[in-house]
Amino acid sequence: MAKLKIALYWAASCGGCDIATLAIGEKILKLAEAADIVFWPVGIDFKYADVEKMPDKSIDACLFNGAIRTSENEHIAKLLRAKSKIMIAYGSCSYEGCIPGLSNFYNRQMTFDRAYVETPTTDNPKKILPQTKVKVPEGELEIPEFYDTVKTLGQTVDVDYFVPGCPPEEKTTWLALEALVTDKLPPKGTVISHSVKAVCDECPRKRGEKKIKKFYRPYEIIPDPETCLLEQGLLCYGIATRGGCGALCPQANMPCTGCYGPVEGVIDQGAHFLSALSSIIDSNDPDEIQRIIDDIPDPAGTFYRYSLPDSLLRRAKIR
Amino acid sequence: MDKFEPKIAAFCCNWCSYAGADLAGTSRIQYSPNIRIIRVMCSGRVSPLFILKAFSVGADGVLILGCHPGDCHYIEGNYKTLRRVTLLKKVLKQFGIEEERVRLEWVSASEGKKFAEVANNFTQAIKDLGPSSLGPLN
Repeated sequence: MAKLKIALYWAASCGGCDIATLAIGEKILKLAEAADIVFWPVGIDFKYADVEKMPDKSIDACLFNGAIRTSENEHIAKLLRAKSKIMIAYGSCSYEGCIPGLSNFYNRQMTFDRAYVETPTTDNPKKILPQTKVKVPEGELEIPEFYDTVKTLGQTVDVDYFVPGCPPEEKTTWLALEALVTDKLPPKGTVISHSVKAVCDECPRKRGEKKIKKFYRPYEIIPDPETCLLEQGLLCYGIATRGGCGALCPQANMPCTGCYGPVEGVIDQGAHFLSALSSIIDSNDPDEIQRIIDDIPDPAGTFYRYSLPDSLLRRAKIR
Repeated sequence: MDKFEPKIAAFCCNWCSYAGADLAGTSRIQYSPNIRIIRVMCSGRVSPLFILKAFSVGADGVLILGCHPGDCHYIEGNYKTLRRVTLLKKVLKQFGIEEERVRLEWVSASEGKKFAEVANNFTQAIKDLGPSSLGPLN
């Protein structure tokens, strides 16, 4: 059998997903036996022009991490889609938008002002912001356009598979790669993970009846290591998050933050968590309910930490 | 410009509020035609997802009507709704949606008149706010 051709790309992401692909350890040798990497900006020196010269559908699979935030991200997503037989949204950013997607609570101007003017470590008295075109003595320079709204890969091109996680766990990565090299791929559109159930299903903590009188932030309490974190008032996202990670964060005494995305069949992870969370608030009195809820400083950012661009509303309305 | 006629989704629980709406109808009480009633078994069935979905497809306001506290057919479904709507309003504000666009009211099966009043008041409040300008892809 001819070796597979694989491309890896990063768009709006932190680089953690590229490291996560390497985290498969010695299995990388198995991968190297079965596949050649034809494009990987982080690891190997290829140019976009090299990809443009490849025939259509000549790459067997593309692992695309990162959200779509600039015109460059979008251009390369479309280019790699055309060149690849299988497009895999690898990691939470390309699957759901993830942390870069949180800027959908703002617009481009607000993001620029914050990043290039307001941050305490920025010294920019002339308030110079990125321009798509700028004239210099040597001629005109062009940089990609920064979009108002961050999109997921699936909202930009047709995606065959999704690999969840911020970043995906080693075993999740291998589940996808193994399916690829052994040619045992699941049906199109599958979110590749070891579990379709919630993180709670894998969590070893003791669970009782959930009734919450007060919410805490992780720095405010030292939680009991045996009992369910949500029952202790921490916003543990496990009840609304797909498992497959092995419930690693709760086992390290930290609440789940929801990086594996919604469980199978759920459209809007944030609404799902909001619904479950509010029903366990232990009060029937409107004023007390309001007080308990006011302990959550940033509910929208917490509930949509990883999934804002992929949610029903996709972004906030800016007035 | 055409006069703004808001689109309003009203989730009514089967046991109290839907019967209240029915009574408003059989009593020939006129109320705002902007209200689109969706019958659910309990106001507790109204997932925040339904409310967000309504906004995402162009609703200008969402009304949730349930049994009075203590009267829920399923004992405490309406209390769950109360908590959900309280938290959802805080989330909506962060999405740039005025919290007045979502209203939770208690309407019993005998309150046909109250149903009509709530429908009219809410419609007027949404008319004053103007279009939500959300909709697909925001």
